[in-house]
Amino acid sequence: MNISRVLLARSMVAIAIVATLALLPGQSASADQRQQIVEKTTNEAKALDPNFSGFSADRGKALFLSKQATGKPDTPSCTSCHSSSPLNVGETRAGKKIAPMALSKSPERYGDLEKVEKWFRRNCNSVLGRACTPVEQGDYLTFMFSQ
Amino acid sequence: MFKILRMILPAAALMVMFATAAKADERYKPVLDETVVKECGVCHMAFQPQMLPKKSWQKIMINLVDHFGEDASLNAKMTNSIEKYYVKNAANSGWRGGKFMRGLTDESAPLRITETPYWVREHNHEVPKSAWKNPKVKTKANCVACHRDASRGNYDDD
Repeated sequence: MNISRVLLARSMVAIAIVATLALLPGQSASADQRQQIVEKTTNEAKALDPNFSGFSADRGKALFLSKQATGKPDTPSCTSCHSSSPLNVGETRAGKKIAPMALSKSPERYGDLEKVEKWFRRNCNSVLGRACTPVEQGDYLTFMFSQ
Repeated sequence: MFKILRMILPAAALMVMFATAAKADERYKPVLDETVVKECGVCHMAFQPQMLPKKSWQKIMINLVDHFGEDASLNAKMTNSIEKYYVKNAANSGWRGGKFMRGLTDESAPLRITETPYWVREHNHEVPKSAWKNPKVKTKANCVACHRDASRGNYDDD
């Protein structure tokens, strides 16, 4: 009885340690990546405009809500798929749910540079018919991080 | 009375058996390829390759930058690997064409599964027009709206 109790306690401790180890680097890694994405975007914005003075959540919000006429006709806005609020669940044109874009609602988002670049490449082309500028990307991210 | 029942019952049993057999063949090999499930499945169910001919999949994969009205482009490595999977398992990949080759040839390249004669026939029979207007269905590409196990290749539930 005693032995099994000790074993149980020990295995619980072991599980707790493993879980902590597994969780901690994962979380800080995606936070690190998020930081890196913002830094990279900031550097790109500065390279294009020496007077660049920082990203704006308000401009990001305006971009998110804007209706465009230069992209593909089925996707005139971010809101076409992501719903009118980043706090809400969206839906692809094929009917699949999309987790909210706000970082507070989807804490795992924006933690992978490659993924972020992939979706900016695709969706800016779909909605705007061109690549987004570094300022637009930074504004968008700032808005999503503020939500 | 009993005599009539004895005559009808076996016939009825046979009919039920045939009906079930006819219905129970809408099963397709589930898509297990990791890249396909992850990359295609993020926007829509990863459709089973047996539902379009090789040429269709090639035509789709070469133009991901305008994929049914959206940019779904991927890097070259992923694009090639997904195309390879779909061509390898396409409707006309076997020694005899699959069901979805009915009314099509190896040269056919419809871009939508919902445009194939087989799909049209199967759905025109059974699906009332009003069902397509249900907001939960949204589009004919949304198989899982009605076929709950579609992503596992099971379309027997109609």
